[in-house]
Amino acid sequence: MHKASLAAAFGLAAVFASGNAWAGKDLDAIKARGNLICGVPTGIAGFASADSQGKWTGLDVDVCRAVSASLFGDSEKVKYVPLTSQQRFTALQSGEVDMLSNNTTATLTRDTALGLDFTAITYYDGQGFMVPKKLGVKSAKELNGATVCVAPGTTTELNLADYFRANKMSFKPVVIEKVEEIRAAFFSGRCDVYTTDSSGLYATRAANVPAPLKPDDFVVLPEIISKEPLAPAVRHGDQQFADIVRWTQYAMLEAEEYGISSKTVDEMLKSENPTIKRILGVTPGMGKALGVDEKWVYNIVKQVGNYGESFERNVGSGSILKIDRGLNRLWTKGGLQYAEPIR
Amino acid sequence: MTDVPVGERRQLPPPTTDSGAWGWIRQNLFSSWGNGITTVALVLAIVWLLNWFIEWAVLTAVWTAPSGQDCRGHGACWALIHEKYRYIFFGSFPYEQHWRPLFAVIAMLAMLILSADRRMWNKRLIWIWSIGSFVSFLLMFGEINLSSSLIFSIVLIVGVAGATLRSTAGSAAEINAWRAVAGIGFVGLMLRLLGLLPAFTISIAPLSYVETSLWGGLPVTIILATYGLLFAFPLGILLALGRRSHLPLIKGLCVGFIELIRGVPLISLLIMASVMLPLFLPSGVTIDKFLRALVAVILFAAAYIAEVVRGGLQSLPKGQYEAADAMGLTYFQKTALVILPQALRVVIPPLINTFIGFFKDTSLVLIIGIFDFLNTANQALVDPKWAGFPSEVYLFAAFVYFCFCFSMSRYSKYLETELNKGTRR
Repeated sequence: MHKASLAAAFGLAAVFASGNAWAGKDLDAIKARGNLICGVPTGIAGFASADSQGKWTGLDVDVCRAVSASLFGDSEKVKYVPLTSQQRFTALQSGEVDMLSNNTTATLTRDTALGLDFTAITYYDGQGFMVPKKLGVKSAKELNGATVCVAPGTTTELNLADYFRANKMSFKPVVIEKVEEIRAAFFSGRCDVYTTDSSGLYATRAANVPAPLKPDDFVVLPEIISKEPLAPAVRHGDQQFADIVRWTQYAMLEAEEYGISSKTVDEMLKSENPTIKRILGVTPGMGKALGVDEKWVYNIVKQVGNYGESFERNVGSGSILKIDRGLNRLWTKGGLQYAEPIR
Repeated sequence: MTDVPVGERRQLPPPTTDSGAWGWIRQNLFSSWGNGITTVALVLAIVWLLNWFIEWAVLTAVWTAPSGQDCRGHGACWALIHEKYRYIFFGSFPYEQHWRPLFAVIAMLAMLILSADRRMWNKRLIWIWSIGSFVSFLLMFGEINLSSSLIFSIVLIVGVAGATLRSTAGSAAEINAWRAVAGIGFVGLMLRLLGLLPAFTISIAPLSYVETSLWGGLPVTIILATYGLLFAFPLGILLALGRRSHLPLIKGLCVGFIELIRGVPLISLLIMASVMLPLFLPSGVTIDKFLRALVAVILFAAAYIAEVVRGGLQSLPKGQYEAADAMGLTYFQKTALVILPQALRVVIPPLINTFIGFFKDTSLVLIIGIFDFLNTANQALVDPKWAGFPSEVYLFAAFVYFCFCFSMSRYSKYLETELNKGTRR
């Protein structure tokens, strides 16, 4: 037994250790390897989750797919590494993943002290409140004295306390660790208010309301009490790769703005509009400047879709979560999503 | 009236109220007013619970549905399990290749079941595990690359191990053969290290390569538990022997290791392995996450096994040690031939207990983003199409864990009776 286990141990170690070792620029390494290693969350409905076939889907996953499409012309050349929120920054720093698309809020300390570079914001989130409709509450300002269900140890809990103190209101926190238990407590009436990022509130309302109650029995209040801009992150040190990740997101926004979708992209190739010709690479130059194929936007939009399509498919009206686009509308429609022009 | 002779009485059966089922019920369930009331209350509670459970789990349950929305408002949504069972069992392993983890699991279970049979407890086991492990990992990885240095290392280790283990029992020719094997390995390795021998790799690749980040579900749980304990076992024995050593340095190191590991939770070891370790490595060098978790499990299990084995060592009467010494056996011979065979026999049931514990503890790898069986079940809950049915998924996961752990515990009980046959009258 002893002998076999030793031999097997060495065998295993050798098999495992033949992993990826590289030197030099991140982008060169990714191109040489032939796939993108993308750190995604370990499961957040709508943002990253595995479907019944084990395939990763979601808004965060689409970012990885789009970057892969601009780099390789193929959105499937991605290796997904699920990372918990404790692990994700180390994994990026140590080179275990090339980029994070991990529902990560961009903040100053993360950008500087952790040595990350956040690229374009993919989702504007913010903390909100959900209450049962029968309470008749229309605004968070009316929540004085309420019992609030909240997860411990997060910025959510601190924001909540700040908000109530700033508005000279009192509240009773019900602090519960696991999200399933928070939901159960809220729906069973143990607390009047449930607070978390508004995307989470919409997701809970859409998919987790227990049987006799209906999603319409609950309302998400209009107040957003914190800024949570979610953005992909890369390591400091390879500006070109950071550019590609940033411009991939801008390309998806530009495509939506100019009406280029996965269905219309082939027709759009014939468009006479100089901007569209530039975006789709009919007039070459943009791809070369970025260091990718001239048809990079075509590949992204054809295989992944524009930002609006990705949003609606994963978290919006085309999904069960039915999250309102809100701040994530294009700037032309009153939202914050404003891409720098591709020219 | 008939005369009954003095001293002869007809044998009457005991009163019916005291025997048979009725008697048993009377004596055990309704022996007093208090007991009677408790019995009735409990029976009512059980019936009520069962009724509710069957209503929910069977009568109003939904067995097939196109999506989670169609399950709402009914009983249990078993359609979710029907939809997700392949993901729960095999995780993100490429869908059309699920037969590979399936056969790997079957192979590993077969190895475990074969090892459970006492008639197999001999050299055959080594072959079963070598071939079985090779096949399992080949199925999981799809290809295995053996580099030249690795092959020579294995040859060297096999040679040395063979020569040492057979040093007392084998014939001179056999020992020499083992030494020759070790020599070939050593010379090959040296030549390779000096660069005189060109590097070569034997690649066995009948299937497409699947990396560990795609592994998930039951195979991961079984690999972590089985191989974690398999490698921890020799390490644990060495630690236990070291702890009882008379050499202060060795003893101190072993005690320090055991107490350090037992003093921290498994979670902290896993986080060390997954978050801290990569920071110490030179940039660009990454060790597979799965291997890091496996090593953490091995170190953790080794400390616990060491303590279990120490219990076995201490249970041996002092006379055994003295007798072995009196026969002039060396420390190695004494340990291998007299002490360990007896000590290990004693600790097999607690070892299985440790195994049951580790089988369940492996689900802590969730914390570092590895998807074992419980975590793929968790993942099934996240899919927005099927969200909102935690009870069904957790019941299913609990059922699978129960099947494994209960059979292990029954086996442990059987083994205890088997092994105690000699000491029982």
